[in-house]
Amino acid sequence: MSDVTYLPAVRCTELRQQFGDTVAVDGVDLEVAPGEVFGLLGPNGAGKTTTIRMITTLLKSPPGAISVFGVDVARRRTAVRRLIGYVPQQLSADATLTGRENVALFARLYDVPRRNRAERVEEVLGEVDLADVADRSAKTYSGGMVRRLELAQALVSAPRLLVLDEPTVGLDPVARDGVWARIEQIKEATGMTVLVTTHLMQEADQRCDRIALMHRGQIRALGTPAELRDSIGPDATLDDVFRAYTGDRLAENAGTMRDVRAARRTARRVS
Amino acid sequence: MTTAQTVTVEIPADPGLLRQLGTAISRINAMCLVELQKLRHDRTELITRAVQPTLWLLVFGQVFTRIHAIPTGNTPYLDFLAPGILAQSALFIAIFYGIQIIWERDSGVLSKLMVTPTPRVALVAAKAFASGIRAVVQALAVMIVAALLGVHLNIEPLHFLGVVVALVLGSACFCCLSITIAGLVLSRDRLMGIGQAITMPLFFASNALYPVQLMPGWLQVINHINPLSYEVEALRGLLVGTPARMGLDFGVLAIAAAVMISVAAALLPRLARG
Repeated sequence: MSDVTYLPAVRCTELRQQFGDTVAVDGVDLEVAPGEVFGLLGPNGAGKTTTIRMITTLLKSPPGAISVFGVDVARRRTAVRRLIGYVPQQLSADATLTGRENVALFARLYDVPRRNRAERVEEVLGEVDLADVADRSAKTYSGGMVRRLELAQALVSAPRLLVLDEPTVGLDPVARDGVWARIEQIKEATGMTVLVTTHLMQEADQRCDRIALMHRGQIRALGTPAELRDSIGPDATLDDVFRAYTGDRLAENAGTMRDVRAARRTARRVS
Repeated sequence: MTTAQTVTVEIPADPGLLRQLGTAISRINAMCLVELQKLRHDRTELITRAVQPTLWLLVFGQVFTRIHAIPTGNTPYLDFLAPGILAQSALFIAIFYGIQIIWERDSGVLSKLMVTPTPRVALVAAKAFASGIRAVVQALAVMIVAALLGVHLNIEPLHFLGVVVALVLGSACFCCLSITIAGLVLSRDRLMGIGQAITMPLFFASNALYPVQLMPGWLQVINHINPLSYEVEALRGLLVGTPARMGLDFGVLAIAAAVMISVAAALLPRLARG
């Protein structure tokens, strides 16, 4: 192992991804600074999830196109995976296991040493406020609790970069605040970087240090929420920014049938 | 909100070959443990999955024993049949894993697993051996039913260990066949259709129900390339003492499992994208 100081947490250079004739990501240049909460916004089919999937090694990228804390994603995938915690858009906790078993599985998959594995699992369950219900089956959890459980799974390896794909989709405002409160507490304590995609403008406005607005595979606007609002007008909201850069009309190829089904399924499960 | 900062990050070194092997074993252990935890939480599946093999033994086995339609030498037909039904039971469980992995893809579980520092081959091998663990637990239930019906099973420790290895390798092979088909067809509905279309032919084109000598020539050819036949032969040799080519049987099962794990692992990224 070597100790090295790196900036930025994520760097994408001329990032492209094409599926058949569809260009999903079209020349994205992006830098996420260590310790910040960076929001990736955009309508369905904008290329947010594809970008996230390339950063998290789920989709191939060319050498030199993406680095995470200076580590090339294409050349050193396993090293990059050890730096990342990932929460997908769907509710992905295993309902047939208890909360503790769900987290313990990921502790094993991230090679948390056996001697302090149980302690680490307990600690992270406490951080997301699930310690008291850890031995209950996950199928008895509310939507907000499942999201916090998934957060615990992603955090058990103490990642340097937490990647959240629509983490609060379908949650009521109280549960949403609960999830964000835990993320912010842990971020404050550990200095980890958070990369998040969301559809909720108010959430992005409140929670993100900087935002990139994507549309048709490209970044159309980038800055702090205040900078983006100011770029439109004195009383503009982030909703106005969204409309100004993406237009009111939805893209014809916005999201596949499976994306829509998955989003509906997630919303049903958390409600 | 916080401002950007400089942090020190420990970059993990790339693992060597031994470390990668250790990772694979650790992942297999983790997935097998999860499979046992799932079985502990929901035992009804063990019972419902035992119904079909029980019916095969109870109805098919006893009727064919009485009518002496299938010559099995000095071995009673029920004894001959029991290892075949064990293998069939394991096959049906393993074929289910392709459907499970498509469910895992749709529910985000597969993505989450693929973002962990787990090589694709280790991930597929872990799934494959986890299916083997489930098959072994299921086989215990079938063996109890067989014993209650008067089948004389040899369960000396070494023989039992051999049974476990044969079941795990056979299940790993068919689980990965199922994951491979899932990686090709990408949809649960299509996989269910294909799964049903291949499971029974695999079963009937094996020596599970009748001796190879009774098969027509063309079926004997298929029997020789069917890994299920080698699994049945090994199980039958170990449990009821019929002649078996143990080296060949375990060799074929090990090679078939290794090949299918590699093929399924190669298709995993396509499945995750799908």
